[in-house]
Amino acid sequence: MTDISQNLVEQVESAIADKTPVRIEGGGTKSQLGRSTEHTTVLSTKEHSGVVEYKPVELIMTVRGGTTLAEIDAELDKNNQMLACDPRRFAGNATIGGSLATNQSGHARPWFGSLRDHVLGVKLITGKGEHLRFGGQVMKNVAGYDVSRLQAGAMGAFGVISEVSFKVLPKPEDSASLSLAVEADEAIMIMNKLSGTAKPITAASWLDNQLYVRLEGAKKAVNATSKKWKTEYCFNSISENEAKLFWDNLREHELAFFDEIEKPLWRFSVNAAAKHRLEEEAWLFNWCGSQRWLRGDNLDIQALSELAQDMNGEVHLYSGGNRQAELSLPRNEVIKTLMQNVKQSFDPENIFNQGRLYSWL
Amino acid sequence: MNKAIEEKQHSLLIDQQVLADKFQAFIDPEYVIIDEETQRVYECDGLAAYCQLPMLTVLPETLDQLQKVMQICHQYSVPVVARGHGTGLSAGATPHYCGVLLSLAKFNQILNIDTEARLATIQPGVRNLAVSEAAAEFGLYYAPDPSSQIACSIGGNVSENAGGVHCLKYGLTVHNVIKVQVVTVEGNIIEVGNEGLDSYGMDLLALMHGSEGLLGIVTEVTVRLLPKPEKAQVVMAGFDAVTTAGDAVGRVIEEGIIPGGLEMMDSFAIVAADDFAKAGYPREAKALLLCELDGTVEEVDQYIKQVADLFEHLGATSVRISQSEEERLLLWKGRKSAFPAVGRISPDYYCMDGTIPRGQLSNVLTEIDRLSQEYGLRVANVFHAGDGNLHPLILFDSSVEGEFEKTEEFGGRILEACVKAGGCITGEHGVGLEKIRQMAIQFTDEEISQFHAIKHAFDKKETLNPGKGIPTLQRCQEYRSIRPECDHITTTIN
Repeated sequence: MTDISQNLVEQVESAIADKTPVRIEGGGTKSQLGRSTEHTTVLSTKEHSGVVEYKPVELIMTVRGGTTLAEIDAELDKNNQMLACDPRRFAGNATIGGSLATNQSGHARPWFGSLRDHVLGVKLITGKGEHLRFGGQVMKNVAGYDVSRLQAGAMGAFGVISEVSFKVLPKPEDSASLSLAVEADEAIMIMNKLSGTAKPITAASWLDNQLYVRLEGAKKAVNATSKKWKTEYCFNSISENEAKLFWDNLREHELAFFDEIEKPLWRFSVNAAAKHRLEEEAWLFNWCGSQRWLRGDNLDIQALSELAQDMNGEVHLYSGGNRQAELSLPRNEVIKTLMQNVKQSFDPENIFNQGRLYSWL
Repeated sequence: MNKAIEEKQHSLLIDQQVLADKFQAFIDPEYVIIDEETQRVYECDGLAAYCQLPMLTVLPETLDQLQKVMQICHQYSVPVVARGHGTGLSAGATPHYCGVLLSLAKFNQILNIDTEARLATIQPGVRNLAVSEAAAEFGLYYAPDPSSQIACSIGGNVSENAGGVHCLKYGLTVHNVIKVQVVTVEGNIIEVGNEGLDSYGMDLLALMHGSEGLLGIVTEVTVRLLPKPEKAQVVMAGFDAVTTAGDAVGRVIEEGIIPGGLEMMDSFAIVAADDFAKAGYPREAKALLLCELDGTVEEVDQYIKQVADLFEHLGATSVRISQSEEERLLLWKGRKSAFPAVGRISPDYYCMDGTIPRGQLSNVLTEIDRLSQEYGLRVANVFHAGDGNLHPLILFDSSVEGEFEKTEEFGGRILEACVKAGGCITGEHGVGLEKIRQMAIQFTDEEISQFHAIKHAFDKKETLNPGKGIPTLQRCQEYRSIRPECDHITTTIN
């Protein structure tokens, strides 16, 4: 629970002076994500932790970059509030900085937004050794470029995230989960149909020929919708405990589908209603069909990228497989150059997480 | 009122007529405008205090034409200012005197509505409200609803990251756009984002939002559509003190309720809006809250009663729940027409756009009141209370010598008060030319330099909307030397 930002700035300054690339690490829970690189010098944010400010009435929390999600959850629990973006917890050891850098978002992403959506401000130690503040602690802020949200998914390419302000939400009053045995294409159709109604749906996933749906919100609304859908679609109720276990395990990648961590796991981000493809492979759908996980060997990134484009989306190798290779293909040279330029604007000596996102960044 | 753009001098590398000839080689000559009279309509955006005629105005009709315009402008280093429907309130679309004013008005088609995945792909010149109108037959709508939604364009919404009265629950433009097509300053086409909900790697989509035309020209936008709520109902409550109303806002949220809209007006705005809209507002109240609940029938029924009871418990002097859709719309009409309503009681008004933590409301309003007396200018306050976005309307008379300058200074002081309270200088209107001086209060020189570095990553020659959004360091220093108090604010917040 200390502020070691000055120490972090000094470490960055010395890395710049020595031209030594560093690997930024928080809770060390995401080493399997991104490309593996040869840079072994670690800049740890773990000690830079603690809640800086929490205003429950404002629905806003500010914490240091190394604060674990367990600490954040514990603090929010006291006020019956939650991290609405529900990032993957990694047994509570994940830090807010790492969660933002990888833009982790839970099942409610299509309805409540991503961590990127909930970020209001950051403090960042750049590759010039400057400790800068962008955004703030208010919901609306359009002064200057949106550097805060730019950090989401950038895997630390721009600097050390030393502080994050984000929006939180009240916990829902009630929750109910339902399941239905259906095949992939029908699941996609039903998920999208349900999401097209103004009902309190907060999760829609499919695996092993089972569609799972979660309702959360005002008690009367959850009850009425649950009853209606059970009648209309023949959904079955899932007990509260069973449901919690399922949703937690899905978020934490602890279902059997995610076993064999060395095996390539591809993550598709596509049009939610896109037709099911490569039917013979092992798939899991989340986010109402817009996030699709594919588990399988001998799949070619070029071919999968073309497939993803055909589904109006994109794909990357989330974990497993060859981590030295490119994990995602940029759409064209113009985008590639822009990304390099933006990276250079923050980190001219290219000391932060070199090669983690792409070999050329 | 006429404000010249203050910035470094550009020297023309190409003659106006030569440039027009080049454009007319591939664009209908009618849409390449150089005469002063026709260009007058483009001399300002919604902030008419800043007027400037461009060298040339062009309205390309196709992507190919737009690309060529950009390529030629890039070749001759001609500044380019993009313009949607000119409703912006920060002079972000004020033309450049030796630049091209690029109107996106001809890009006005809704290209596709994907009813299954609930997406709409639209051209930047489509009006915000037209998206919801087109989606209505499918039971869908586009959530961000800036007050100018009848007229403002989606391209402008992206460039300013437009908000509206429903942001607390449904987010800003950045939360509702999943993909944009952009033409770069060199005339290349890029696509940022996809039809899924996120992308691998750095989030250039977020960077494009609110970038005020400084990084690229938005030529196509894919937005998410939401199912129309089954029911929406409004509770209107009058309070005898602004602080009580402010506390009531916090209490609603403490109850675990996120309203679709939560708006506040002060006594001055209440009377003006009621005179204008005849909405039946409590005219004697010192503050008025409009709290809209939307969602399923059951949810709205449950929460509307809870909120009404809460307001009464907190000492509201009057509480009214809309009993029909007509009544709900009437209650909103007063709020949505607050700006023109205030416009009727004063020759001119100037709308500010600071954001503050909600808990700071009474402090900031007290400071605004003090400043109002100091400057001898009246202020009406309209407040997106749910998300802390304050719109003080300063009433003035531009025919009185020096009054606009005084108003602007007053406005600047309000923004300083917002930053001091932990907020920011603009919640949804953007920086443009209007607030460029106050950027020096919110950001340090190092932060401003980082913004310039980002700009350079996209636009090395700095020809995209030059002089807007991000001030030069020299201007920051000048502002801080005039307002030494601001130096302190910047240091404190960092």
